[in-house]
Amino acid sequence: MAATLPASHFDKNEMQRSDPMGRPPTVRRAGPWADSLFSALAHGAALLTLAVLAAIIGSLIVGAMPAIREYGLSFLWRSEWDPVKDQYGGLVMIYGTLATSLIALLIAVPVSFGIALFLTELSPGWLRRPLGVAIELLAAVPSIVYGMWGLLVFSPVLSQYVQQPMQRLLGNVPFLKGLVSGAPVGIGILSAGIILAIMIIPFIAAVMRDVFEVTPAMLKESAYGLGSTTWEVVFKVVLPYTKTGVIGGIMLGLGRALGETMAVTFVIGNANQLNGPSLFEAANSITSVLANEFAEASEGLHQASLLYLALVLFFVTFVVLSLSKVLLAQLRKGEGARA
Amino acid sequence: MSAVMASSVVESRRLSKHRRRKAVNAVALTLSMAAMAFGLFWLIWILIETVRLGVGGLTWSVFTEMTPPPQAETGGLANAIWGSFLMVVLATFVGTPIGILAGIYLAEYGQKTTLGNVTRFINDILLSAPSIVIGLFIYAVMVSRMKTYSGYAGVMALALIVIPVVIRTTENMLSLIPNALREAAYALGTPKWKVIVTVTLRSAQAGVMTGVLLAFARIAGETAPLIFTALSNQFWSSDLGRPMANLPNTIFKFAMSPYENWQKLAWAGVFLITLGVLALNIFARIMFRKKH
Repeated sequence: MAATLPASHFDKNEMQRSDPMGRPPTVRRAGPWADSLFSALAHGAALLTLAVLAAIIGSLIVGAMPAIREYGLSFLWRSEWDPVKDQYGGLVMIYGTLATSLIALLIAVPVSFGIALFLTELSPGWLRRPLGVAIELLAAVPSIVYGMWGLLVFSPVLSQYVQQPMQRLLGNVPFLKGLVSGAPVGIGILSAGIILAIMIIPFIAAVMRDVFEVTPAMLKESAYGLGSTTWEVVFKVVLPYTKTGVIGGIMLGLGRALGETMAVTFVIGNANQLNGPSLFEAANSITSVLANEFAEASEGLHQASLLYLALVLFFVTFVVLSLSKVLLAQLRKGEGARA
Repeated sequence: MSAVMASSVVESRRLSKHRRRKAVNAVALTLSMAAMAFGLFWLIWILIETVRLGVGGLTWSVFTEMTPPPQAETGGLANAIWGSFLMVVLATFVGTPIGILAGIYLAEYGQKTTLGNVTRFINDILLSAPSIVIGLFIYAVMVSRMKTYSGYAGVMALALIVIPVVIRTTENMLSLIPNALREAAYALGTPKWKVIVTVTLRSAQAGVMTGVLLAFARIAGETAPLIFTALSNQFWSSDLGRPMANLPNTIFKFAMSPYENWQKLAWAGVFLITLGVLALNIFARIMFRKKH
C-alpha cells in the first residue's frame, strides 16, 4: 500500500509524458479548452465567409427593394435611364455588360487555347515557366492600369487604325454602317471588349493549361504512336478529354469579364442611351454606371435602381461562376473514376 | 497492271492526305505561337507605356507634396500613397487571420463535411465576385449607417477581398502537407490545435505567406471597392474615421480629367502601382519557389 502512494501524487497525463532520463515531467501548458477554442475559431471563420455572402445578397435585396417594387422584372427591358425624371430601366447597362463580355470571350477563348497549347505541347522546357509567369502577370496588373492605358494609349490607336478605316470602308453600306458609327475617338463597346479580353486571357489560359496537363500521358502517346500530328492529338484527344474543364475555364473568364469595373469604366464612354448597335458608340455597363453614379445618386429610386442593377450583376456572375465550379469539379471526379 | 495503278492512286491519295494533315498541323501550331505572342504583346506594350509615361511624371515632389488642385504648378501624391499604404496594410492585418483560420478549417476540420464543401464553393465564388459589389455592401452596412465615408469602411472592403484569397492558398498549402507528418505529431500526444499551429501550419508557412503577399498585391490596385467607402481626400490624413485619400481613386479622378498636371500625376501613380504590384507578385513567386 505505502509503496504505491507516491505515484498518486502525479497526474495521469504527466505520468505518460514523463521523461525517460528521470527529469521531472514538464507541466502541460494548455488545458483541453485550447483545443475546443481553436476549433471554434476555425469553424467561426468558415461560417463568417458564408455569412458575408448572405449579407451581401441580403443588403443588395433590401437596398434594391424600392426599385423592385416600382418596376418588377420589367426593369430588365426598360431602356430609359433618366435621373431628372426619376425613371429607370436597366436594359442599356445590361446590354453593355453582355456585349462587352461576349466580345471579350470571342477574342480570349481562341487566344487562351493557343497559349495553353503552346505552353503544354510546343514550348521548350526552359521557356515554359517564364512564359507561364508572364501570362499570369497579365492577371496581376491592376485594372485601373488597364483602364488608363486603354483610354489614353489604346483607344487613339484603335480609332486611327481600325475605326476610321472601317468607317471609310463601310460608311455607305446600309446596315453595316450602323455598326461602325460614332465619334472617332476609339471608345465604346469594342474597345472595352478588347481590354476585357486581355484581362481574362490569363484566367482562361491558366485553367486550360492545368486541365491539359491532367490528360494521361499514355492517352497522348497512344495517339502519337498511331501517327497523329500534334494538332490532332490536342484537338481530337486532349480537348475531348478535358472539355468540361475547358468550358469551366471559359465560364470563369466570363464571370471575371462581367464583373470587371475600372477598365470598362475608363473606355466604354458612359452614355446612358442605346444609340444603335454600333461597336464604337459610347455605351455603359452595369459596373461602369455603378462606379460613375452611385456616389452621387440621391437616396430613393435612383440609388435603389443602381442596387437593382448590382443585384442582377451579382446574380448572373454567381450563376456563371457556380457553373464553372461545377464543371471543373466534374472533370476532377471523372478523372478519379477513370484512374 | 490495274492493281498496280489502283495502289499508286491509293498511295498518292494517302500522300496528299498526309500532306494536308501536316499543313493543318503547321498552321495550327503557328497560330498557337501567334496566340502566345499576342498575349505577351499586350503585357509588353502596357509595361512600356507605363514606364515611358510614368517615369516622365515621376519627380521627388510626387512623394512629398499633397494632391494639387487642377492646373496647379506643383503637387504630388504623398497623401494618396500614405492613405493607400495605411488601408492596405490594415486590411491585410484584418483579413489574414480570418482567412488563415477558415483555410485551416477547410483543410484540417471540414475536408469532407457539408459545411466544408459549401464554404469551399462559396469562397471560390467570392474570389471572383465583382469587387464593386463588395464596395456597395460596405456602403450599405457602414457608410450609410455612419453617415460618412471613412478609412475604416475602405479597410473593411479591402479586407473582404483579402479573405477569400488567403483562404484559397492556405487550404491548398495545408492539403499539400503529408498526413504522416500530422500522424507523427498526434502519436506524441500533441493536441490537435498544437499539431496545426506548430506542425502543419509551420510546414506550409512559405505557401501561406505567398498567399498573403498576393492578396496584398491584389488589394493595392483595387479601385472599385474604395469609390463608395474611403472616397478621397485632398489632405494628409491618418484619421480613419474620415474620408481617406488613396492612390487608385486619385488615379481614377486624375486620369479622367482634362487637366494636364493631373494626368501627369495619374501616370506617375499608375507607374508606382504597376511597379509595386508586379514586384510583389514576382517576389512572392520567387520566395515560394525557394522554399519548395
